[in-house]
Amino acid sequence: MAAAQKYMQVSVWRGDEATGALEEFDVPAQESQTILDVVSWIQQNADATLAYRYACRVGMCGSCAMMVNGKPRWTCRTHVKKVLGDNGRLTIEPLRNLPVIKDLATDMTEFFDKWIAAEGVFHPTKTRYDEIEGIDPESSVRVEANAAIECINCAVCYAACDVVSANPDYFGPAALNRAWSLVNDTRDGGQAARLEAVSSNGGCHNCHSQQGCSTFCPNELNPTLSIAGLKRETVTSLFRRRS
Amino acid sequence: MIRPHRAHPLWLAFLLHRISGLGLALFLPAHFYVLSLALTRPASLDGFLHWTENPLLKVSEFGLVFLLAVHMFGGLRLLALEFLPWSPRQKTFAAAAAVASAFIASIFFISAVA
Ligand code: SF4
Ligand code: SF4
Ligand code: FES
Repeated sequence: MAAAQKYMQVSVWRGDEATGALEEFDVPAQESQTILDVVSWIQQNADATLAYRYACRVGMCGSCAMMVNGKPRWTCRTHVKKVLGDNGRLTIEPLRNLPVIKDLATDMTEFFDKWIAAEGVFHPTKTRYDEIEGIDPESSVRVEANAAIECINCAVCYAACDVVSANPDYFGPAALNRAWSLVNDTRDGGQAARLEAVSSNGGCHNCHSQQGCSTFCPNELNPTLSIAGLKRETVTSLFRRRS
Repeated sequence: MIRPHRAHPLWLAFLLHRISGLGLALFLPAHFYVLSLALTRPASLDGFLHWTENPLLKVSEFGLVFLLAVHMFGGLRLLALEFLPWSPRQKTFAAAAAVASAFIASIFFISAVA
């Protein structure tokens, strides 16, 4: 006979921001289980109306992030064992700093709009008829760009950032990290507008360097360093303009 | 209680920097006021200096030196973080070096004033 099935107590956010509340579920514990497995189990076996988002299940698409026991996590690659408190409880809530649509699904519109506002957009300088531009992989700008490039747009950093909660205009770590990788893209033709954008009201100078973003980024990127790069760039460009 | 998303050393560094700044902001007006007594009421200044010989105040001077050291190194840490091209590993070493030197410097400073 199989060993008696163990259960975990899981509190899950239900409803929207204003009227929602935590709801308790008992979920069978497995030897190897991710937070996303727990959420899917609830939706498939306990309450089919639970709203949440995921796609790839392997840490590529960036759609499954939630607050797990108060910390932002990519749920498809977060093992229950790693985050379960001593009391054996799990609390799963929608990402911080974003409007909640329903249950665990947030509205990410503002997150993506801010990428555009921060000029995290490529401005091509060539057409399809030009030669492909060679970029030396060892060049210092390419090395800087590489360090910032593997972002999956999961908004974990955005949820971790207290400056985002304090200032709704702040573009946040992901958008500025993207802007920094483009500052280091020699093919890009929009640098002046980008420096203007990242030094505007919502820009890099809001960042307090508390590094919540770098602490939680699941891809181990360091948006704080990227933002520090932008700060340096805006300062040196000021002197360039003066001289 | 510190909320879970803030429970990491770099957030505590930020908190310490803020608190030491507030502490210094409260101390400085009092400090300047006492210094101004040298011009306006030298007699009460002497009385006050006499009062500061008391051991309790010597202990609180330690607190003051600590606030100053923490605030200065916290500020240098931020400047370095934002203006020098660190890699995370170098950053850890530099932080350790700064903490060690702050510690040694404060011990020397305290033994000098005490
Ligand atoms: S380092 Fe800057 S962007 Fe990152 S969490 Fe802190 S304030 Fe936000
Ligand atoms: S920087 Fe990291 S945490 Fe932020 S959106 Fe990109 S992958 Fe996610
Ligand atoms: S489901 Fe794609 S990153 Fe988690």
